[in-house]
Amino acid sequence: MSVLVYVENAEGKFKKSIFEAVSYAKAIADQLNTSLTAVSIGNVAQDELQKLGNYGAAKILNVNQDALKSFINQAYASVIAEAAEKIAASVVVLSNSFSGKGLAPRIAVKLNAGLVDGAISLPELNDGKFIVKKTAFSNKAFAYVELHADKKVISLTPNSYKIVEAGGQAAIEDFAATVKPTDLTALIKDIVRATDKVSLPDAELVVSAGRGLKGPENWGMVEELANLLGAATACSKPVSDADWRPHSEHVGQTGIAISPNLYIAIGISGAIQHLAGVSSSKVIVVINKDPEAPFFKVADYGIVGDAFEIVPKLIEELKSFKANN
Amino acid sequence: MKILVCISNVPDTTTKITFSDNDTQFNQNGVQFILNPYDEIALARAIELTDNGAGTVTVIHVGDASAEPTIRKALAIGAHDAVRVNAVPTDAFFVATQIAAYAKDQNFDLILAGRESIDYNGAKVPAMLAEILDIPSVSIIKKLNIEGNMGVVEREIEGGKEVLAIPFPFVAGTAEGVAEWKIPNMRGIMSARTKPLQVLEPIEVQTSSKIVKFETPAPRGQVTLIDAAEPQKLVDLLHAEAKVI
Ligand SMILES: Cc1cc2nc3c(=O)[nH]c(=O)nc-3n(C[C@H](O)[C@H](O)[C@H](O)COP(=O)(O)OP(=O)(O)OC[C@H]3O[C@@H](n4cnc5c(N)ncnc54)[C@H](O)[C@@H]3O)c2cc1C
Ligand SMILES: Nc1ncnc2c1ncn2[C@@H]1O[C@H](COP(=O)(O)O)[C@@H](O)[C@H]1O
Repeated sequence: MSVLVYVENAEGKFKKSIFEAVSYAKAIADQLNTSLTAVSIGNVAQDELQKLGNYGAAKILNVNQDALKSFINQAYASVIAEAAEKIAASVVVLSNSFSGKGLAPRIAVKLNAGLVDGAISLPELNDGKFIVKKTAFSNKAFAYVELHADKKVISLTPNSYKIVEAGGQAAIEDFAATVKPTDLTALIKDIVRATDKVSLPDAELVVSAGRGLKGPENWGMVEELANLLGAATACSKPVSDADWRPHSEHVGQTGIAISPNLYIAIGISGAIQHLAGVSSSKVIVVINKDPEAPFFKVADYGIVGDAFEIVPKLIEELKSFKANN
Repeated sequence: MKILVCISNVPDTTTKITFSDNDTQFNQNGVQFILNPYDEIALARAIELTDNGAGTVTVIHVGDASAEPTIRKALAIGAHDAVRVNAVPTDAFFVATQIAAYAKDQNFDLILAGRESIDYNGAKVPAMLAEILDIPSVSIIKKLNIEGNMGVVEREIEGGKEVLAIPFPFVAGTAEGVAEWKIPNMRGIMSARTKPLQVLEPIEVQTSSKIVKFETPAPRGQVTLIDAAEPQKLVDLLHAEAKVI
């Protein structure tokens, strides 16, 4: 019995959400009195891999094969399942990133395992039971899922488990995985990524704005506020529908769901479909000129007033805060 | 082009979510069920791709007869026929297995699903289905076009997008952008009544997970309002009290 964590890299580097997944997997390994192995696919430098030791990986299976250079979920799922079988893993952990969402179900089927997608806390292990908490009904509830298969696959919601530095060293081992040509029929034609921006699903801080901002020309102050905070930018659906902002920024029921530490909503009414994507944010700040805006009901802090006056002032205050801290 | 669209029947977004039986069951009393919005756009794209006799669209649902209004709506929107597997799903693997059992010898070129259902938000069924059928899967699809014997899709990735060409057949989980929602017209609604709806009995499946308890999030405390003239206070509170900056 052991625990396996898949460590996805973004251009050779691991993001914070991966260190969270490793810390989480290490805690499960501790619960089960076993050790943690990580599997990495792609070209990642030794010193980057070695970082995983610090979060609790005892061993790293390093898969660096030409055929697996780019992410094809079918092929990656086969590799991860093969690694799980090699180390006789009883639990496989992934980050619930966009790629993780495409991998976890395939791995669960291959291993005949039970799956919890988007876990938000450690499993509860009582009387031989294995129960994992996740959000359900678009953030309106939590569900406790009992896994009764021998093997378990868990994908962890980013920003829901705190990184723990264990301070260990990992043994890195090359792993030559079997690559089936039938797993590699999809071809990647193009990847477009804004590298200079904080990516929204991983962001700890998010500044978001809605139709209250009147038009795309007014997003300068939103960007400035976000840059000052090191935050990602987001928007409501009508804003991306009107092409004021790209669709990848749209949060909510039909957009992406996020759970940052801080969500600042500017000129957004707080419709239930919007809240579905953001209500698990740890702290919510609402700036809206309408004191009756529904968003205030779920906010921690609120300012009633005109965004065009408040946001520039807030930017100035933050600048002096940054200068002093 | 022969397309299968997987549809789920979910509580309307604005539903107040409550539980019964000691918080072990979702309370369906008075809940309005709808066609999952992502499945609705998958269906809309399937209909566009098979327009003017260029193919057929079958919808499949795994669930009991209470979902028939949702299935009829899919037919009214423009699906040619429907299949219902008569079982209350126990988990995503159960659903994927039932759909796979039906689809495996039907030669679909393309299987579409929503990126996730808005009830359990699992995003599990499409990739499980593809794994069982041993075909490619791709999800959070914002564009889908046909080029020869390949589907060309645009997939959302962190901070950007990826374009893939995938040989048919494959499974795609669709998101906003792939098509516009279609409102059924009168003719669609009338013809939906007579379109074929086949009811199949489920195959046996060993399930591997079960929801044992639900919980509703603790309500947030009262909002702390800050005077618009004093944004400095917000910065202080976020730093000293909330400790997020
Ligand atoms: C099936 C379905 C799915 C949906 N999915 C989503 C989703 O995923 N995400 C989403 O966001 N929406 C979604 N919606 C739409 C949602 O219902 C709301 O219409 C939308 O969230 C409203 O966007 P908004 O708050 O930006 O705009 P509005 O509702 O127009 O609100 C603008 C707000 O700005 C305030 N304001 C105006 N001027 C100022 C000013 N100068 N200073 C400060 N405040 C100002 C106003 O008081 C108002 O509260 C969905 C709807 C449906 C039916
Ligand atoms: N009971 C069901 N019957 C048919 N299709 C389903 C069912 N449940 C889920 N699906 C499909 O799988 C997608 C993802 O659902 P889920 O894995 O539950 O998030 C949905 O958008 C549907 O397309």
